[in-house]
Amino acid sequence: MIKGSFFILLFYFLGEMLSLLIRGFIPGSVLGMVLLFVCLFFKVIKPDNVKDAATVITKNMAVFFIPAAVGLMVYAELLSKSLFTILIAIAISTVLTIVTVALIQERFEKNRAKNGGPNL
Amino acid sequence: MNNVLDQIRPFISTEVFMLMFSMGTFLLGVFIYKRTKIALLPPLLISMIIIIPFLKFTGIDYPTFYKQTRILNFMLGPSVVALGYVLYEQIEHIRGNVVSILTSVFVGSLVGILSVVLVAKILGADHIMMASLAPKSVTTPIAMSLSEKSGGVPSLTAAFVVICGIFGGLAGPIVLRKLGIKSKIAQGLAMGSASHALGTARAMEMGAVEGAISGLAIGIMGIMTALLIPFADRLF
Repeated sequence: MIKGSFFILLFYFLGEMLSLLIRGFIPGSVLGMVLLFVCLFFKVIKPDNVKDAATVITKNMAVFFIPAAVGLMVYAELLSKSLFTILIAIAISTVLTIVTVALIQERFEKNRAKNGGPNL
Repeated sequence: MNNVLDQIRPFISTEVFMLMFSMGTFLLGVFIYKRTKIALLPPLLISMIIIIPFLKFTGIDYPTFYKQTRILNFMLGPSVVALGYVLYEQIEHIRGNVVSILTSVFVGSLVGILSVVLVAKILGADHIMMASLAPKSVTTPIAMSLSEKSGGVPSLTAAFVVICGIFGGLAGPIVLRKLGIKSKIAQGLAMGSASHALGTARAMEMGAVEGAISGLAIGIMGIMTALLIPFADRLF
């Protein structure tokens, strides 16, 4: 667990440094995630090094959202004023995203089954 | 009554109480969620519904609550990093589908950002609102930092992410059925791309492959959206 925590914090730190280099274009945590994946993929570090800690914190991610979610109380007024706009925009966009992703992925799979195309 | 509140306030505005209280409300949320199976009431929402009125009632302000629970907020960063391991664990599902997964999530991300910003604009939203809405489909820590960078309000974005997750979890399976999508990979990918962890929780109920791919989609969607938002920025 200590080892896992160390490696995750190490990759978080490296991600933050990289993020500073590119002027925060991509958040440090996302870069840390990519770096961790790449290092696991190329066997720079062993999966067992991070497995325990990574499993525990990703399984319970929702708990970490509490401070941010409670922060809503500060914006309650702004939020209630535009509730209609927010709900409509989110509903339409979410359905469109689901439709787009599902259709494109399935089309790819069907084409490959039909043509026996390259297995990329 | 006010006198009593004044007396107990020093004890309940401590770090240990606030953290215990946060965990407790979440635990209660998990209990209610498991008992009722209502997707409308994810544990996080139950926590919020209890904590916000509690703070109002006891007269503790948000900065105090935030300060005492900031360890939880800090953990958002490491939890995103840890998704790198989850991605690696699911690599078997990725093989043979790399191009299609990247393409569909990329287009999905683009459609998601553009549609939410355009609809909000038509309905008269201002810049802050649009910047806060744009990253609504990605996992909260990424969404919040993207929102901040493009001039939105991170807390507002956190709320939109939750609303989007609840909606996608409810509507997703219905939309997929109406579309007649058979592929498990396509189903999981769509759920995770549109509604992050809450969509994934629902995808897990659909099946193991759907759940795993949905988890993968959270990470890819996060990266795609992080790459696209700086460009979409000019729209709002």
